[in-house]
Amino acid sequence: MSESETSFGRYGGQYVPEALMPALEELEDAYQRYVLENEDGFLDEFEERMREFGGRPTPLQRADRLSERYGREVYLKREDLVHGGAHKLNNALGQVLLAKYMGKERIIAETGAGQHGTATAMAAAHLEMPCEIYMGRTDVNRQRPNVYRMRMNGAAVNPVDAGSATLKEAINATLRDWATTVETTHYVIGSVVGPHPFPKMVRDFQAVISEEAREQIQAQAGRLPDSVVACAGGGSNTMGAFHAFVPDESVALYAVEAGGSSLDIDEEAGLAPNSATLSTGTDGVLHGAMTKLLQSGDGQIMESHSVSAGLDYAGVGPELSHLVATDRVTPVSVDDETALNAFHRLSRLEGIIPALESSHALGYLEDAAEDLGEVVVVNVSGRGDKDLETVLEETEKRDLEAAPDVEVFER
Amino acid sequence: MTDSDIERAIREHHPALITYITAGDPSLEETKAYVEALDRGGSDLIELGLPFSEPIAEGPTIQAAINRSLAAGTTPRRFFEMVDDLETDAPLLVMTYYNMVLQYGSSGESRDGPDVRPFVERAAEAGLSGIIVPDLPAEESGPLKAACEEFGLDLVFIVAPTTAGERLETIMSQASGFVYVQARLGTTGARADVSGATHESLERLAAYDASADGVPKAVGFGVSEADHAAEIVTAGADGVIVGSALIDLIADADDPAAALEAKARELKGGAEAGLADAPTKQ
Repeated sequence: MSESETSFGRYGGQYVPEALMPALEELEDAYQRYVLENEDGFLDEFEERMREFGGRPTPLQRADRLSERYGREVYLKREDLVHGGAHKLNNALGQVLLAKYMGKERIIAETGAGQHGTATAMAAAHLEMPCEIYMGRTDVNRQRPNVYRMRMNGAAVNPVDAGSATLKEAINATLRDWATTVETTHYVIGSVVGPHPFPKMVRDFQAVISEEAREQIQAQAGRLPDSVVACAGGGSNTMGAFHAFVPDESVALYAVEAGGSSLDIDEEAGLAPNSATLSTGTDGVLHGAMTKLLQSGDGQIMESHSVSAGLDYAGVGPELSHLVATDRVTPVSVDDETALNAFHRLSRLEGIIPALESSHALGYLEDAAEDLGEVVVVNVSGRGDKDLETVLEETEKRDLEAAPDVEVFER
Repeated sequence: MTDSDIERAIREHHPALITYITAGDPSLEETKAYVEALDRGGSDLIELGLPFSEPIAEGPTIQAAINRSLAAGTTPRRFFEMVDDLETDAPLLVMTYYNMVLQYGSSGESRDGPDVRPFVERAAEAGLSGIIVPDLPAEESGPLKAACEEFGLDLVFIVAPTTAGERLETIMSQASGFVYVQARLGTTGARADVSGATHESLERLAAYDASADGVPKAVGFGVSEADHAAEIVTAGADGVIVGSALIDLIADADDPAAALEAKARELKGGAEAGLADAPTKQ
């Protein structure tokens, strides 16, 4: 395989133990045949299931009060309405179905916020596949409802105690499982990260977001948007929201990262109080790909932070690193407080409770450093029911301008 | 092509004992003493793990060793300084993850990203004879292979139970020093028996070993006892690799250096006993 096929410029590649390489070759072959060439009607079945089980297409909704507030036409791509409450099902259902076509007998996946885990558990139940989810202990504790949902759908949930016990450690544990069970098991990776062909394949499953939005905005606004705004952790909703717009040079693409509490890093302690990998990271190899990373000068991976578990990751998809390096995508960041305010604002102004991840994209509307133009599409990647407990706690700690009266929360 | 230090050590001391410990567990000063003990005990090659925070190929034992080492403040610079001071009969290799190789000596961002050359140059200067990178398959090894050739180090490749056909051929054509035959799927860690996959792998590899200067084959992953070593050598391996069982001694023994020396002697004895039982090998 030539380098150009497995990478995006200097990013991407296949940096995995030899034991996994034959599985990646097998997956590459299946991706080519079923996903790219629709062999055995794979895509037809996938699209039908996404309609009937997944609830696609999702609306592109004009947000009237946000539009008024910001003096621009703000459109929301409502991925929060996908079955399960987030865009994650687009990829999870695609990969579980692919695993079935490949004759695999078992599904494993990592999860951070639990959204990918729940989507994978739902897809596995729907398609009758045994499923195990690895989840960092910290995330298990801060995303309880999702743990219950995975269990309800019949998936095993394996808590991971290593390190900061978040997404990075969950990925390590899933890779170790896969290195043991690779012959019968498919690893449903949850974002546009990992070794080739995962970043391309996951992007292709998520690209439906921008394919729909691009048609919808032209039908509704009569034109392409001036900008598309999406939050970026690993980057699957980001690439999904951007992909169809990448060739449209007039459309500015903003990847909004978690600024956490600060963009500074504490090298001595190995801590980055943010997850702003595209904005502040450096090139390195993690979880199978060359990409931007939060790392020390020696190459040790930093512990990242975000109030949003789904953005809390020290790496990012290699294609996003490439699109940033080639100036097609502009990385920006929104801190915890701005995201929390955006969460409350959308809930109150539009009647939509967004995920904390998506709240970062919405937060950027408030203090955009760049001119977003007249027509803006914001990807609401998921709904925020899973975040209510975190939001209550984090809101009590702060004096948030957009929060409802704290009296309500007296406990 | 003349034999490298590593190939010579394996041929002269056939069947070879290759030992692994994580450098800096529990401190670099103690690592020095442990390496010398393994050398005295008859280890023919010694792999030193340079810890990386995300060791995806390791099982719980080596993960814990890596955590202890990182907590003790092990850095690449201190690691190389420790190796500078080592004097052993056994050639030394460094085993680490690709990001550690990439970042060493990278001062800020160059346009083309980080460079593997400074790490290899420093490894050669410290007297290391080879490098093993468990997350670097043949496909991505071009830059590191070139740097290793430039500085006279062997880049050791891993062959897994899943490696076959064209992949196996590619790896065997690039191999130098020895081929690391992964005994079973999964991660590193001591096991109670020798995997059936080991025998299958050695049979598959035998097909590529026809020429006289074929690269030696050493088997690791799960090997912990002298009778495992014997069985593996009888099956046709040129060496056995033991890691997690030694880490356990470092963590638990009252006198780890003495325990390591005795364990090395026992394992080497097992390998030699296995050779006596081998059909026609050498």
